[in-house]
Amino acid sequence: MLELDWVFEREGFRLEARQQLSAPITGVLGASGAGKSTLLAVIAGLFKPRQGRIRLDGQNLCDTAAGLWVPPHKRHIGLVFQDGQLFPHLKVRNNLLYGYHHLAPEQRRFTLDAIVELLELGPLLERRPGSLSGGEKQRVALGRALLYAPRLLLLDEPLSALDERLKQQILPFFTRIYCECQIPMIYVTHAVSELNAITGCLMEVKDGRLQPL
Amino acid sequence: MLSDYEWAVLALSAKVGIWATLISLIPGVFLGWLLARRDFRGKPVVEALVFMPMVLPPTVPGYLLLVTFGSQGVAGRWLEQTFGLQLAFNWKGAVLAAAVIAFPLMVQAARLAVQMVDRRLEVAASTLGASPFRVWCSVTLPLILPGILIGSIMVFSRSLGEFGATITFVGNIAGETRTLPLAIYTATHQIDGDTQATRLILVCLALAFFSLLISNLLMRRSERWLGVRRA
Repeated sequence: MLELDWVFEREGFRLEARQQLSAPITGVLGASGAGKSTLLAVIAGLFKPRQGRIRLDGQNLCDTAAGLWVPPHKRHIGLVFQDGQLFPHLKVRNNLLYGYHHLAPEQRRFTLDAIVELLELGPLLERRPGSLSGGEKQRVALGRALLYAPRLLLLDEPLSALDERLKQQILPFFTRIYCECQIPMIYVTHAVSELNAITGCLMEVKDGRLQPL
Repeated sequence: MLSDYEWAVLALSAKVGIWATLISLIPGVFLGWLLARRDFRGKPVVEALVFMPMVLPPTVPGYLLLVTFGSQGVAGRWLEQTFGLQLAFNWKGAVLAAAVIAFPLMVQAARLAVQMVDRRLEVAASTLGASPFRVWCSVTLPLILPGILIGSIMVFSRSLGEFGATITFVGNIAGETRTLPLAIYTATHQIDGDTQATRLILVCLALAFFSLLISNLLMRRSERWLGVRRA
């Protein structure tokens, strides 16, 4: 369970989140510029809230009153961006293993083979990101995040760069990921159609607040 | 093809160029990164100081080096007493002179390269468990390598051509500080020196052409390696 109770402020922009999220997949909607990406950045530890607390499965990740702050690389929270952000100098195989190599052996939950099979990445392993299509890049980015076995997976408009046909191809993977990997997800998008297919738990970022839809 | 004298001039120039490149490398990349990624008090002042050697007549940094690192200078005396290192009128001084003049080129190349790196790649690496140091080593550094390479070739080439600061700081001593441009200058001041000057000028032309050619080939290779250019 993710417990949010914080206020973020920067250059006149304000975002407030006081919610408990416990659904397998939480969908977060909002217009562009509403603060959806900021919400994820604060959860991942890329931005510091001005004041408040973040707890994940009972562990404090941030508590401004106690001066507690866990940096992003120690939070064990995965983040997948709109355009994948694959490392251009590494082959798909090494992109997939990047986070995996940062885990102690006992923290590893999935093997490369299992993830490759789940996301149908076999033919791509020896290729470079520059030669992949948008949908392929997104599947590799997902696989890379999953191999890191995060406690929570944040998805920042993961499909918005893809056309409708590709979206329909990739959407089923998200439910499959939850069923097979048991990793809770927060799925941020401005397209409600993507969320209807995968979750019933919907939230909204509006007027500077995270609130139930 | 070349005489012993010409080989010696060429070898000295190469030695000065390589050392100047090596000592500019780490501080140049660090400063380039700092200027690209960090905002700090006094940043405009640091920028102005770093790029000053590019806009000054090279004799000015040369003279300042002589005053500071010459045998009567504070730093020069200290280096000689502590390490037995003498810079003035010595090839090591020529390295320092060339490095000072060419340093901004390294900083500028590194800075541009760092600015080109998509910061979200670094963010992605940190959310995959990489500490800031690991992010730098495994993402930032590989992605700026082509820029560092270009910077190195520019520093090396600029060092080969360094004249004003060198002759002011370390003089024009055959076999010690007489690099290619100084040897050409010397030849043009000798009676019957025309042939010598022409031969050295041809060496310079060949050197400049091949260093640019090699840098372009290396660039293509590294772009392919980074996936920017298709094979």
